[in-house]
Amino acid sequence: MLAYIVRRILYMIPTLFGMSLIAFLIIQLPPGDYLTSMIATMSDSGQAVDPAQIERLRETYGLDAPFYLQYLKWIWGIVSRGDFGHSFEWNQPVANLIWARMGSTLVISLLSLLFVWIVALPIGIYSAVRRGSVGDHVFTFFGFIGLAVPNFILALTLMYLAYKYLGLSVGGLNSPEYAEAPWSLAKVGDFLAHLWIPIIIIGASGTAALIRILRANLTDELHKPYVVTARAKGLPEYKVILKYPVRIALNPFVSAIGWVLPHLVSGVTITAIVLNLPTAGPLLFRALISQDMYLAGSFILLLSALTLVGMLLSDILLALLDPRIRFN
Amino acid sequence: MATLPDDVVLSVEDLCVDFRLRTHILHAVEKVSFQLKRGQTLCLVGESGSGKSVTARSLLQIVDRPGQIVGGNILLRNGDAITDIAGLHPDSQTMRAIRGRRIGLIFQEPMSSLSPVHTIGSQIVEAIRLHSKMDRKAARERMIELLRQVEIPNADKMADRYTFEFSGGMRQRAMIAMALAGDPDILIADEPTTALDVTTQAEILDLIKRLQVSRGMAMLLITHDMGIVAEVADEVAVMRFGRIVEHGPVDAIYHAAVHPYTRQLLASTVKLTHHAEARQPVSAFSAEMPKPVLSVRGLGKTFGLAGNTVLRAVDDANFDLYPGENLGIVGESGSGKTTLGRLILRTVEPTTGKVIYRARDGQEIDVTSLGKRELRGFHREVRLVFQDPFASLNPRMTVKEVIGDPLIVNGLAKGKALEDRVAELMRLVGLDPMGMERYPHAFSGGQRQRIGIARALALEPRIIIADEATSALDVSIRSQILDLLLDIKKRLNLSFVFISHDISVVRYFCDRVAVMHRGKIVELGSAEQICTAPQEAYTKSLISAVPNPDPRDKRMLHRQRFVAPANA
Repeated sequence: MLAYIVRRILYMIPTLFGMSLIAFLIIQLPPGDYLTSMIATMSDSGQAVDPAQIERLRETYGLDAPFYLQYLKWIWGIVSRGDFGHSFEWNQPVANLIWARMGSTLVISLLSLLFVWIVALPIGIYSAVRRGSVGDHVFTFFGFIGLAVPNFILALTLMYLAYKYLGLSVGGLNSPEYAEAPWSLAKVGDFLAHLWIPIIIIGASGTAALIRILRANLTDELHKPYVVTARAKGLPEYKVILKYPVRIALNPFVSAIGWVLPHLVSGVTITAIVLNLPTAGPLLFRALISQDMYLAGSFILLLSALTLVGMLLSDILLALLDPRIRFN
Repeated sequence: MATLPDDVVLSVEDLCVDFRLRTHILHAVEKVSFQLKRGQTLCLVGESGSGKSVTARSLLQIVDRPGQIVGGNILLRNGDAITDIAGLHPDSQTMRAIRGRRIGLIFQEPMSSLSPVHTIGSQIVEAIRLHSKMDRKAARERMIELLRQVEIPNADKMADRYTFEFSGGMRQRAMIAMALAGDPDILIADEPTTALDVTTQAEILDLIKRLQVSRGMAMLLITHDMGIVAEVADEVAVMRFGRIVEHGPVDAIYHAAVHPYTRQLLASTVKLTHHAEARQPVSAFSAEMPKPVLSVRGLGKTFGLAGNTVLRAVDDANFDLYPGENLGIVGESGSGKTTLGRLILRTVEPTTGKVIYRARDGQEIDVTSLGKRELRGFHREVRLVFQDPFASLNPRMTVKEVIGDPLIVNGLAKGKALEDRVAELMRLVGLDPMGMERYPHAFSGGQRQRIGIARALALEPRIIIADEATSALDVSIRSQILDLLLDIKKRLNLSFVFISHDISVVRYFCDRVAVMHRGKIVELGSAEQICTAPQEAYTKSLISAVPNPDPRDKRMLHRQRFVAPANA
């Protein structure tokens, strides 16, 4: 097992290099670079553009160098000094921008994963065991609504309701008065009060999907002979179900860990923009539009790293949960 | 309050179980009555769908919804009192205390009946601790003792292994240990050996019987195999369509059966203990020996396993198949018989050896060196019939499409001509051509297997390789299908390679038999010689393990065990 984990971690290194290269390449693919998009913005707003100055900037940023040199310079900076390069748009080192965003992204990801599990697990079990009951139909109805309604619409609705009826300041993760304040107990409380809206919205579709998956899986497992065996032993019904079929139907829950991060960043960017969440999604989105390549590349690299870690974690958990996987 | 005779531990009286379906109510069990006596075995015999498993499950109130006990009593002796199981709520404490503690249950398919994600030991410990106040340590000791009783070697080590690390026979032993964990006085065994090889079956039956005698348990054994019934039963109840049609001591059932269904069941079983009447004596072949239609020389397949070990799935197989001959290949699971069939067709590429096919014009073709295009031509001449009539037919194709598919693929017929040919094929296998437009699910298992045979015949092949073609069928259907194949063989002058684990089927159907063991053909001879006077030690053990459908001549009592040489 240990050898397996070490091997998996070693495999991650070339994978990450490959991903960073592809990410970098794709960001560079559209014609032009950050400066051309800057010139476009400037001339749109009627400002004069001095070609000599542009040329000078291009030289200082190294944008005239060939693609592979730019990549090597960037990746060498990361490996040797932990320097992710410079964001043109924000005129700051990328590292300053990225860590805070990644932190909040991780917190929201993990909390919404937790939310999804806490809600989906009991409902999924209930729906499978009491298949066709009124409760099952009700959950199925809401589940499909959760799947079908786009997240950002749900976000707008919930924000409206929270503002109108609960008087909450919506949007972002902190009220305005705490936004710039240092962390204190009061700020944490305020943070938590803001957290539930994004978590419910981001978790909604995941919850609905997982309920459906668990219900389908568990329905198959409930009629397997080993369940009858457990019943014939004299186990009480709740134990029969929790100990045997649920345990086996749990696999998709665990494999979901791996996808949560990429989903949160790429899937719910619009939601994050609507909710004004300080997560990676909106920033990455901006960076891609303005071809702020070091910022975008670094985001993608870090997200890839986290996704790989998530995959590894879910594989390790799966192996712990299911001996059939462990022994192959 | 009813009373029970002294030796009766459980009495079922007029039990009725209904399944409320969407469109109608299915009476799965109707007015079934029987008694289980201490130290005695009652065999409940019947074909699939006769309601025997539902009856067994009702005794524990574990019938799956929408099944429901709607009438009758199940009286269980409880010390001096009597409990009516039929009156208990399925989830009640009393009912749970009966499950496992008073009545133990063994299932057919030990692989799927044991949890794949818990160790064998922990599942048995759970059963022990449910019905006693033992602590973990004592329960573990008891579990290991139980595993020893069911003759699992290295019990303390095997206890920590998982289901998929056990062989089929070992799994069933573990299942038995679990059923015995609560020290029950009634044991229900639902087709306990159907999924097992014949030699393993003999050992498991032997074990169950010994445990039953030493513990004085009453046993309800459910089976479709009249051979097993003859070996172990004291009393027999024959079920059909949810009713018990005949009930009596085993000797009376076998030698003085009254009900026509019992007689039919016995006749189709006994029929398979002899060779089909219409066969030519084997010596007739040698008189004017025609050239073989298929010759297999030194055929072998090795699979590489982890490390440097190799598995010789098929090792140096040699045989000839003559025109109009039925060659049987028998062996237990893992003996390489299915791989051998695939090697002949080259759906699996052989590692060594040759397959020579003699075409209609007498030309010899080396199948092992054919290119893709020529191989397709070879596949037109040599067809395959599969084991599972349910899985081998595409549920989204009509019968016409299924049977006509080989004709369309090979561009041989379309339109009206195709329809006529399919109708002709359906009549040939005894199906009504009117059913052409229906889908496979509308047909029974036996009918589906006929569809599979019609599909194999569509291209007018010369050889049919039948891989366990009758294994999934009930015994009466099985003999019908075998007779159909014999009839078609005569009419179309076919040769069969008939792969089976079932010795009685091979004996009935085949002229010559090759016995496979661990990839090698250990013995090849006429069906009669193999079945009555086997020469090799392995063949002897195999033949002696086949249950004999005559309670006056229990073959398993003087069964010969085969101990494989360690390095074989």
